[in-house]
Amino acid sequence: MSPVASLIAVEVAYPGRGTVLGPFDLALTEGEIVALVGSSGCGKSTALRLLAGLEQPTAGTVTRTPERGQTAVVFQAPTLMPWADARTNVALPLELAGMAKAKAHDQAQEALKAVGLEHAIGSKPAQLSGGMAMRVSLARALVTRPRLLLLDEPFAALDEITRRNLADDIHRLWDQTRPAVVFVTHNVEEAAYMAQRVVVMSANPGKIAGQTIIDAPLPRPLGFRTSEVFRNAAEDVSHDLAKAMGHVQ
Amino acid sequence: MSRTLETLAPILLVAVLLGLWEAACRLTGVPAYFLPAPSAVAAAMAQDWALLLGSAWKTLSTALLALAFASLTACSLALIISTNRLLEKAVQPLAVALQVTPVVAIAPQVVIWAGLAHPDRAIISLAVIVAFFPIFSGALTGLKSTDPDLERLFDLYGATRWQRLLRLRIPSATPFVLEGHKVAGGLAVIGAVVAEFVAGSGGSQGLAWRILESSNRLQTAKTFAAVIVLSLMGALLHAVLQASEQAILRRFRGR
Repeated sequence: MSPVASLIAVEVAYPGRGTVLGPFDLALTEGEIVALVGSSGCGKSTALRLLAGLEQPTAGTVTRTPERGQTAVVFQAPTLMPWADARTNVALPLELAGMAKAKAHDQAQEALKAVGLEHAIGSKPAQLSGGMAMRVSLARALVTRPRLLLLDEPFAALDEITRRNLADDIHRLWDQTRPAVVFVTHNVEEAAYMAQRVVVMSANPGKIAGQTIIDAPLPRPLGFRTSEVFRNAAEDVSHDLAKAMGHVQ
Repeated sequence: MSRTLETLAPILLVAVLLGLWEAACRLTGVPAYFLPAPSAVAAAMAQDWALLLGSAWKTLSTALLALAFASLTACSLALIISTNRLLEKAVQPLAVALQVTPVVAIAPQVVIWAGLAHPDRAIISLAVIVAFFPIFSGALTGLKSTDPDLERLFDLYGATRWQRLLRLRIPSATPFVLEGHKVAGGLAVIGAVVAEFVAGSGGSQGLAWRILESSNRLQTAKTFAAVIVLSLMGALLHAVLQASEQAILRRFRGR
C-alpha cells in the first residue's frame, strides 16, 4: 500500500540547539497505528509536527497525501477554546472549512455522541473533567473524518483508569474509518497496547533505535493487557528503549 | 457567629474612629475650618445633598462617558496594531511615554486646546487619556496571549486571518479587556477630578469644583462632605465594574 504520509531522511535543526531530529525515516501506510516512543526531547513531537505540516524540515522530504482538513492533531492538553461549549469546539474545524453553522453543529453533535459525551454538548471546558475534555478534543479531531490522525501524548495528564478507557475508545473510533494514526508517548505499555508498530527513538538528535511489530488484533480483545503477546511486545519495546538510552550494548 | 462578626468588624471600626474623632473635636475645641467634627460633616451633607448629588452625577457621567470613549478607541487601536508587528514596535515607546506622563502635567495645555469656554471638553479629554492605557495594554496583551496549540490548530485547519481574529484572538483577549476596563473605570474618575481641578472655576460643577469652592471659603465641613461623596462614588463604580467583570467571565467560562 502507498504511504499516507512519510518522512524521508528528514533533519530538523534549530538555531542554538543544533540538530534535534534526524536523519529520520518513517512511512505510514493506510489504516496503520504507529507509536513513537522515546525520552523527553528525543524529537518525537517534532516528527509529529512535520507529519502535520505545521513545521518544515531543515533537510529531507515530507510527503503527505491528505488534503487540508484531512489531518487532525490531538495535543497533550485538550486545547479547547474555554469560551466555547463542547459542540462549538468540536464544530470548529468544519466551520473553519466554510461549512454552515447549523450543519457543522449537527455533525459535531454526532461526533460527541460517538465519544460518549452527548450529555455534555452544551458544557464549557471548565465544567468538564480532564478525561471528558480529552474526549471533546478527540471528537474535534475525528469530526472531519481525517485520513491521518496525530496524537501527541494525549494521555499525559490523565489517571490510569481514564487512560485505559480512552485507549479502548480510540481503537473503537479508529475502527470506524481506519485513519493512519501516529501516537506519541513515553510510556512503553501504552505504546504496546495502542499500536501495531512501535518505533523507539534515541535522543540528541532523534533517530530510530528500534522497531517492534505487534501481531495482535485491533481493537484489542478483552484481557489483552495480561496476554503473552502484550508482555513480549512490551519487553521488546523496553529493550529497544534501554538500548536507545545507552543502558544496553 | 464569626461570619456576622467579620461583616460587622469594619462597620464597628469606622464607628469607633468616628466616635473618637467627634470626642476629640469637642474636647479640644479645635476650630471647624481646621478639623470639623463628624457631626458637622454630616450636617453639611444633609444640608447640601441635592447640590452634592448633582455634582457627583456630573463627575460620574463625565467619567462614564470618558470610559466609553476610551474603550472604543483603545480596543480599536489595539486591534489594528496587533495585526502588524512593525506597527506595534513603532507605537510601543510612544504609548509608554504618554502613559507615564502625569495627567496633571498636561492638563493645563489640554484646557487651552479645548478652549477656555469649553472646560467640559478638556475634562472629558483628560479622563479619556488616563482611562485609555489600561484598556489598550490589556487588549494588546490579550490579543497576543492566545494558546500556541490553539494557534497551531487554526494553522492546521487553514484558518483565514479573519477567522483567526474573530474566533481565537478576540475571545482570548476578553478577560484581559475586562480587567483593563475595571482599572480604567477608577482612573477615569481620577482623571475627571484632576481635570476639574485644573479647569478650575471655568463653569464645571463637578465634585472637584465643590471641593475647591468650599476649601477656598474655609468651609471645611463641606469639603469633607464632597470628598466623602467622591470616595463613595468611586467605591460604587469599582463595585459595579467588578461585579460586571465577574458576571461576564462566569458566563464566558461557564462557571
